[in-house]
Amino acid sequence: MPRARRRGSAGRIALTVLAGLVFAFLMLPLLVVFPISVSSASYLQFPPPGFSWQWFQRYLDDPVWIEATIRSFKVAVLCTLLSMGLGVPLSFALVRSRLRAMRIADRLVAAPIIVPNIVISIAIYSLFARMQLIGEWYGIAVAHTILALPFVVILVSAGLRTFDEAQEQAAMGLGASWPVAVWRITLPQLRPSLISAAFLAFVTSFDELVIAMFLSGASMTLPKKMFDNIMLEIDPTIAAVSVLQILLATFCLGLATLFGRGLVPGAGRN
Amino acid sequence: MDLTVRGAVKRFGAVTALAGVDLDVAEGELLTILGPSGSGKTTLLKVVAGFEVPDEGSVQLGSVDVTLAPPRARDVGMVFQNYALFPHLTVAQNVAFPLEMRRVPKAERQSRVAEALALVELSGYEARLPRQLSGGQQQRVALARSIVFNPRLLLLDEPFGALDRKLREAMQLEVRRLQRRLKLTTLFITHDQEEALILSDRIAVMNAGRLEQVGTPSEVYARPATRFVADFVGESNLFDGIAGPDATAEVPGLGRLFLAAQAGTPGARVTLLLRPEALRIGGAADPLANRAAGQVVETVFLGLSVKLRIQPEGGPELLVRLPLRPSEPPPALEGEIVTVGFAPEDVHVIRQA
Repeated sequence: MPRARRRGSAGRIALTVLAGLVFAFLMLPLLVVFPISVSSASYLQFPPPGFSWQWFQRYLDDPVWIEATIRSFKVAVLCTLLSMGLGVPLSFALVRSRLRAMRIADRLVAAPIIVPNIVISIAIYSLFARMQLIGEWYGIAVAHTILALPFVVILVSAGLRTFDEAQEQAAMGLGASWPVAVWRITLPQLRPSLISAAFLAFVTSFDELVIAMFLSGASMTLPKKMFDNIMLEIDPTIAAVSVLQILLATFCLGLATLFGRGLVPGAGRN
Repeated sequence: MDLTVRGAVKRFGAVTALAGVDLDVAEGELLTILGPSGSGKTTLLKVVAGFEVPDEGSVQLGSVDVTLAPPRARDVGMVFQNYALFPHLTVAQNVAFPLEMRRVPKAERQSRVAEALALVELSGYEARLPRQLSGGQQQRVALARSIVFNPRLLLLDEPFGALDRKLREAMQLEVRRLQRRLKLTTLFITHDQEEALILSDRIAVMNAGRLEQVGTPSEVYARPATRFVADFVGESNLFDGIAGPDATAEVPGLGRLFLAAQAGTPGARVTLLLRPEALRIGGAADPLANRAAGQVVETVFLGLSVKLRIQPEGGPELLVRLPLRPSEPPPALEGEIVTVGFAPEDVHVIRQA
């Protein structure tokens, strides 16, 4: 049936074009950021007049930038640990519980995504001010956990919902306690979800500005430092930092893809 | 007794899944729980395995009461409906899992895994992943995994459902052979009555949360205790009638039937079972005590035999199954009027409660 075949290929071309357009739309900012980061000009100018590594050099030489970077790392790592440590057990509770209250709780998990960040920030600010947590890096991590937790729970519980619970039962029938069954059988098969969740939690925190502006005080995170840089200096250092951030995220994503692979979808139903 | 269940009751909300089940499985015996879906057989299995705690009653393994024990504290190996192999572990790791959980030292673990895989004829497949195996091979891995730790009791939960017919028959025989060889006390769950007849030492027929009858395959087939058992196991002609005097019964549409023994006090309501292979037609029916004339409504050729539906005038339709040699012509044609008959001793009487 040549006609059907021709229609199919026309559809495929349209799909490819659409995908290309969307992709270009997503990638366009990078096409601006990368050239500017290696600009020889001393202010943000596009296209850049010449090539230079000077902005990367300035970033690396400035202790304030480096400190902010290290702080952001610490915050993001703690936030990832906290949101995974809370989110994974929470997902089990939400997916496995037969209580009706859990079904309602399941819907409420997305609340932090819906509530404007600035509202969350103000609320946390007044609380943390009383607890004297303003300016402490771990305070920011705790606050970021509120933002990251919904992503973790949504991803992990989606993974858990497709997991065949009979396998956990089988493991228990073969002599495992429930925690051992979860650790040896369930979690390894949820690895793709777990890795994506950890990645999202990390990036959510590493990138976060609004909460950091309220809570970081004098000890800035990287996004806060970038914001200040734009307010005060507007030089291409920020482009260089952005490029480094993008590379880091790409690297993490690469790792996540590498280690999240190797399992057949729906393997539990074999 | 290796497994003893006493008065097991399990309710889920308003639904009673087990309504008081008593069951004994002897050492080395293969007992089949046979019942339609929803009869409670899976719940019974879960109670025995430890996945459900019965509301009332007890479960004993040997002399140990395990009613409240978690699954890992029971010495029970189980093959799940869809095998529940761990897809992220190799065949050897799957089979080693129960040994690992029992803290068997590594060297012993390896030799026992090799032994178990040899038993199911899967030596050499240690490093494969479950998804690289065929359905039958996956089934063998599940079997090896459930027997590698020498469980006191083996539970098989409809293990052959996912296999095609040929493979299913081969696996049934293999499981039977292995079970006999290792003298494994086995509880086998199925809804397939044919499978139950082939495999079992004894069959327990389950319906609506109760065991209707426990007996050998031939007992259950030839002398069912209830109408449900008669209907569920094998093909049957079932008539409702009234017990008459001197080993007879009155069946509407068939008249007076001669039986081998007194059916009950005259006037009592009885159910009569007549297996299709007990009926004869034409000349072969002439010497038999019970006879009727009827029209052949349908003939179905089955290879080894031929199945006829015969409609006597004003009576209940009769299902007849006649053996057939390849050289023989069909015994009757559709539309033909034939005599159909059966012997008194082939009529089984089910007394109504």
